[in-house]
Amino acid sequence: MARIWKFGDSVNTDDILPGKFAPFMAGEDVFQTFAFHYIRPEFAASVRPGDVLIGGRNWGLGSSREYAPQALKKLQVGGIVAPSFARIHYRNLLNLGIPAFEFDLTGLLEDGAEVSLDVQTGVLTHAGGTVQLPPPPEFLREALAEGSILAFFKKHGRFPGEPA
Amino acid sequence: MMGRMTNPTPRPQTMAEKILSRRGTHTVYAGDLAVVEVDQVMVVDSIAQSFIQRMQQDLGATPKYPERVSIVIDHVAPASTVSVAQAQKEAREYAAQTGVRLFDVGRGICHQVLMEEGLARPGWIVLGSDSHSTTYGAVAAFGSGMGATDIALAAASGKTWLKVPDSVKVTFAGDLRPGVTAKDVALEMIRRLGADGATYQSIEMHAGDRFTRGERMTLANLCVEAGAKAGLVVPGGEILTAYGYDIPEWVYPDEGATYVQSIEIDLGTLNPRMSAPSEVDNVFDVAQLREDLRDVHVDQVFIGTCTNGRIEDLHAAANVLRGRRVAPGTRLLVIPASSQVMEDAMADGTLLTLQRAGAVLGTPGCGPCMGRHQGVLAPGEVCVSTSNRNFIGRMGDKDARIYLASPAVAAATAVMGRVALPEDVPGQGEVA
Ligand code: SF4
Repeated sequence: MARIWKFGDSVNTDDILPGKFAPFMAGEDVFQTFAFHYIRPEFAASVRPGDVLIGGRNWGLGSSREYAPQALKKLQVGGIVAPSFARIHYRNLLNLGIPAFEFDLTGLLEDGAEVSLDVQTGVLTHAGGTVQLPPPPEFLREALAEGSILAFFKKHGRFPGEPA
Repeated sequence: MMGRMTNPTPRPQTMAEKILSRRGTHTVYAGDLAVVEVDQVMVVDSIAQSFIQRMQQDLGATPKYPERVSIVIDHVAPASTVSVAQAQKEAREYAAQTGVRLFDVGRGICHQVLMEEGLARPGWIVLGSDSHSTTYGAVAAFGSGMGATDIALAAASGKTWLKVPDSVKVTFAGDLRPGVTAKDVALEMIRRLGADGATYQSIEMHAGDRFTRGERMTLANLCVEAGAKAGLVVPGGEILTAYGYDIPEWVYPDEGATYVQSIEIDLGTLNPRMSAPSEVDNVFDVAQLREDLRDVHVDQVFIGTCTNGRIEDLHAAANVLRGRRVAPGTRLLVIPASSQVMEDAMADGTLLTLQRAGAVLGTPGCGPCMGRHQGVLAPGEVCVSTSNRNFIGRMGDKDARIYLASPAVAAATAVMGRVALPEDVPGQGEVA
């Protein structure tokens, strides 16, 4: 089982990883330990691989810095579910292979809830039942199967969905 | 397979749908995913190191089409610290090794330089590692900003993946009154749409034959401040052909295309606008702010940036400043957007006019726009800037306040030492 970490609206890239803990400042090996340092100081030490983050509107607004989602990738976050994502951040998530689902779960699940999430089908199972999240488009499922768009490109030399 | 492969009954398309269909493999509409050819990839100095790392270490790739990649050293140019100098040195070495274009210190701001060099053209797709890459929409190119991995993937493959955006249609009606500029129009558009009003979307601007290329750049530049992926100005009249661009017939949006929102801006009713701290959509009439800020001394005025650092912007400032002096205790920084702008302004005497008025001239580039060098603000200072972002801490200390305005309003403010309109400057309109 994975647990839910619940956040509010407009979580920005500085909330996810404050600029002063960027890899080149905090160190390549440890910067992820500062994820959500100010808004959820306990997060980095207690998050488990596969845990699911749920947020409100406009998740990931702010800078195009890629090390914010990289910190989450290093912590092996299993997915992020929010009704809307900031555009550049959304791309960064998918390029790095962090499943992102556009859906509002904030009214349904509480922080700490136990769930399991099938990232391929978008089915999220919780104590009260299941939710079908909008599954990622075929294009992205292909990429996620290889880990990320970056990994897919590295392996195949093309983007998902392109003729080989 | 992604998207629709066949399209039995073609539906009318927006300009974004047109370009992404043409540069992709099949006809696409809003919501579809498309893999498209990229005509130019632009990398700025501050992201060059990450870009090179992605290319060499993560992808083990070299640029597929070196002539389609440009590196521009503009954000902190000349270098301000040893580590910045080192990063720029690596960028130069990388360019020399791979054959990608390099525009070095002093050539100017990335967006201005690409435009001047003809590296953004109607119907093209141009990706930049800088959010204001929407600027290329001025010449009907689909310009969009992306992070280091996307930019590296585009350089390595010659392509990118995109979700085809919904479009917002903005129609301009009537004519601007004297003293009202494209910057004021852009700020009004952001006010109407809001800072996240066009997130994921493309703003399609129907301007007819109004606005020069430079003015169109100002409009497209600010579209990202409404969250937009692209800001496309529909080519009209002879505006672009006069600059030598070929405009393909297919680039125009179809009659009856689908828009998620349509707004109309009546240019004839607009007054000069100003964006107050610390959100770009916090837009007011300058006349109102002038009253509210009557007793507020302005410490710094900055005229420059990819929004308003072009020759016509320097002319507008010089017209207000000719024969006058910047107010005591106010600093006026003027940074031409490119070496070409600087040369033109030198040749026609504009720089002399500005210098005589007390302006401080800087190397073409971004200058203090992002608060890294050349004029950062101290706590409590007030700045009126022709740039595009007034976020907390953007130009220096977090307790400094930034107001965004047109070059004419910025120049008037410099003379008066407080927020002012050109007509407030004594003797304005007389021949100096
Ligand atoms: S002038 Fe300012 S907004 Fe434009 S590219 Fe430079 S830093 Fe970015």
